Amino acid sequence: MNSEVKKTDFSAVPDAQGRFGVYGGKFVAETLMSALDDLESLYNRLKDDESFQRELDEDLARYVGRPSPLYEARRWSERVGGARILLKREDLNHTGAHKVNNTVGQALLAKHMGKKRVIAETGAGQHGVATATIAARLGLECQVFMGEEDVRRQALNVYRMKLLGADVISVKSGSRTLKDAMNEAMRDWVTHVDETFYIIGTVAGPHPYPMLVRDFQCVIGREARAQSLDYLGKLPDALVACVGGGSNAIGLFHPFLEDESVAMYGVEAGGHGVSTNQHAAPLTAGTPGVLHGNRTYLMQDANGQIMHTHSVSAGLDYPGVGPEHSWLHDIGRVNYVVANDDEALAAFHTLTRVEGIMPALESSHALAYAEKLAASMTPEQSIVVNLSGRGDKDIHTVAQIDGIDF
Amino acid sequence: MSRIAGRFQELAAQGRKALIPYIVVGDPAPEVTVPLMHALVANGADIIELGVPFSDPMSEGPVIQLAHERALASGTSLRDALAAVRQFRESDTTTPVLLMGYANPVEHMGHAAFADAAAEAGLDALLTVDIPPEEVTGINAELRRVGLDNIFLVAPTTPDARIGRIVDQASGFIYYVSLKGVTGAGHLDVDDVAAHVARIRDRSDLPVAVGFGIKDAQSAASVAGIADGIVVGSALIRAMADKLEAGGDHQAAQQAAVELLKEIRSGVDSTAS
Repeated sequence: MNSEVKKTDFSAVPDAQGRFGVYGGKFVAETLMSALDDLESLYNRLKDDESFQRELDEDLARYVGRPSPLYEARRWSERVGGARILLKREDLNHTGAHKVNNTVGQALLAKHMGKKRVIAETGAGQHGVATATIAARLGLECQVFMGEEDVRRQALNVYRMKLLGADVISVKSGSRTLKDAMNEAMRDWVTHVDETFYIIGTVAGPHPYPMLVRDFQCVIGREARAQSLDYLGKLPDALVACVGGGSNAIGLFHPFLEDESVAMYGVEAGGHGVSTNQHAAPLTAGTPGVLHGNRTYLMQDANGQIMHTHSVSAGLDYPGVGPEHSWLHDIGRVNYVVANDDEALAAFHTLTRVEGIMPALESSHALAYAEKLAASMTPEQSIVVNLSGRGDKDIHTVAQIDGIDF
Repeated sequence: MSRIAGRFQELAAQGRKALIPYIVVGDPAPEVTVPLMHALVANGADIIELGVPFSDPMSEGPVIQLAHERALASGTSLRDALAAVRQFRESDTTTPVLLMGYANPVEHMGHAAFADAAAEAGLDALLTVDIPPEEVTGINAELRRVGLDNIFLVAPTTPDARIGRIVDQASGFIYYVSLKGVTGAGHLDVDDVAAHVARIRDRSDLPVAVGFGIKDAQSAASVAGIADGIVVGSALIRAMADKLEAGGDHQAAQQAAVELLKEIRSGVDSTAS
C-alpha cells in the first residue's frame, strides 16, 4: 500500500462543503439549498447526541434484527479452493437488504424535523420497500418513485410497497430506470419541500446525503470488523461488495479504511461487458461529471449527456456512483472491478445450490468477483463479502432468463 | 456595460419591462431554432433564453422535459446551442441571449473552453440551474474573464442571508423562481412574489426577472407590475407542441409561439408606466 494512503485521514471527509477530494458537493437548484442546509445542521447536532444514537441502536436491534450474522460459507469456499469466504448476512435484515439500516436512520431525522411525508427513489425496489416499511411503522405518508422499466422487472416489490401503504409512482421519462426515478423524486421534493423529507437510498445526491447515508450504513462494517476479530481472531484479508450507488459497499468498507492490511474490492455491474456500453460501471469506464447533486464518476457521452445503462440487476443500473467511492478510487484505497451479467447469474445459482442462500442479483456481482479472488488466495486467508440482500425479488428475472414462464 | 445591463437600462428609460421567452435549442427540430429566435425578437422579445438540452433536466416540468427529449433525439448538444447563438448574431447584434442549462454539459466541455466558445459565439450570459453560489467559483472566474454575465436563481425558500451571497456572485439580472416547484407548475401568488422581489431589491440593484408559472397575458401583466422582467417558457413550448400534435408543420408551430408571445407582450405592456 502506498504511503499516500497511509497518511490519509478518512475521518476528515467530507469537508464542510461536502467534498471528498474534488468529488461530492451540493449541485442542486436554489429551491432545495435551504432544506439541505437545515438537514445538515440537524444531522450535525444529532449524530453525536446520545439519546438519538440510543433510539437508532434500539431500532436497529429490535426492529431490523441486528447484528446480522457473519457466516462462513464452508462448502462454497471448499469448492472454490482458496481463501475462506465469509458472508455478512445483510439479507437477513428486516425487509431483506441493507437498505433498512439507512431508512431507519433517516426516518428518525424526518421525525425530528416534524415532516409528515417521506419520498424515496428506488431501483430494485429494496430501498422503496425499506422506506415504505418505516413509513408504515411511523404513520408517515409515503410516495416511492420507480422507473417504469424497474416497475416491470420488480413487480413483487411494487406490490410489497403497495401492501405497506405506499404510493408507487411509475416514472416514464428518460431511460425509465433508477436515475429517472431520482430526477422525479427531486422534482417532487422541490415542489413539496416544506412538508417532505426525501429519504435518499444510496451514498449519492447532494451533501449531506452521501455522508449521512454512509454513517447509517457503517453499522455493517463495524459489526463485520468485530465479528471477524471474534471469529477469525484477526482481520480479513479482503472485503468485497457490489457498487451501484455504493451504500452497502461504503458501509462495509469505511470502518476498515485505516486497516492497511485489508484489501477492498468494489464490484460494478459489467452488464454485457464494459467494452459494449451496455453496462453500469462508471468507475471502471466513466469520467467525472455532475449529476444528482454531486460531482462523481459518470457514464456520459462526448457532450456530457448521461448515458443509458444496463445491468441485469435493477439496483446497480445507475450511471453514477457515490462521490466517496470516486475519491477512494482516485487515491487507490479501494479497487473497483466488474462482474458481468452472466457471471452474476452464475454466482446466484451457485450460492443458492451450494449454501442454500439465495442472494439478490446485486449481491451476486460481489459473489462472482469474490469467487475469482478467493481462488487466487490461500486457505489461511479470508474474504468478507457483503451479502447485501436476498434474492426473492429476483426470482422472476432469473426464471425469465432461464426460459421459465410462470 | 454588458448587453443585458444595457437592455434593462433602455427598457427602464422607456418605462417598459423585459419579456424573456425561453425555448429549448433543437426543439422541435434543429433548423427551427434560429428562425424562431428572430421571430420572437420581431414580436416582442427583449432577451432570448435558450435551454440547453440535458438528459436529466431535474428542475423541469413535463412540458419542458419533453422538449429536452425531442431536442436530444436529434442529437442537439451544448455545441449546437453555441452554434445557434453564433448564427443568430449574424443578423442580430443587439438582442441579449443567455443559455440556461445544467452543470454537466458545461463541466464536460470545461469551464475555460466553454467561456471562450461562448464569447466567440456572441453569448451574453449563463444560468446553470444546479450550480448554486457554493459551487460557482470555477465557472464564474471564467465567465468574468470573457465578460459574460452569470445569472442566478433566487427561490421562495432562499433565506435573506443567502440572497446576499447570491447577489455577490450574480451579474446581469436576478432570476426569481416564483414558486416551489418545477417549470410550468402551479398558480402564481402575486402578493407572495411581490414580497420576495422586495427582499431581493433590498439587497441588490440588479434587475429582477420572474419566471416559472407565467402562462398568459394576465399572469404576465400581474408579474410585470412588480418585476423588471418576466420569463415565459412552458407555455410557449406547449403552444408549439400542441400545434405539431394537431398535424401542423414547423412553420405553424413557430406561428403559434409567436401569437402567444404577442399576447403576453400586450399583457406586459399594459403595466407600462
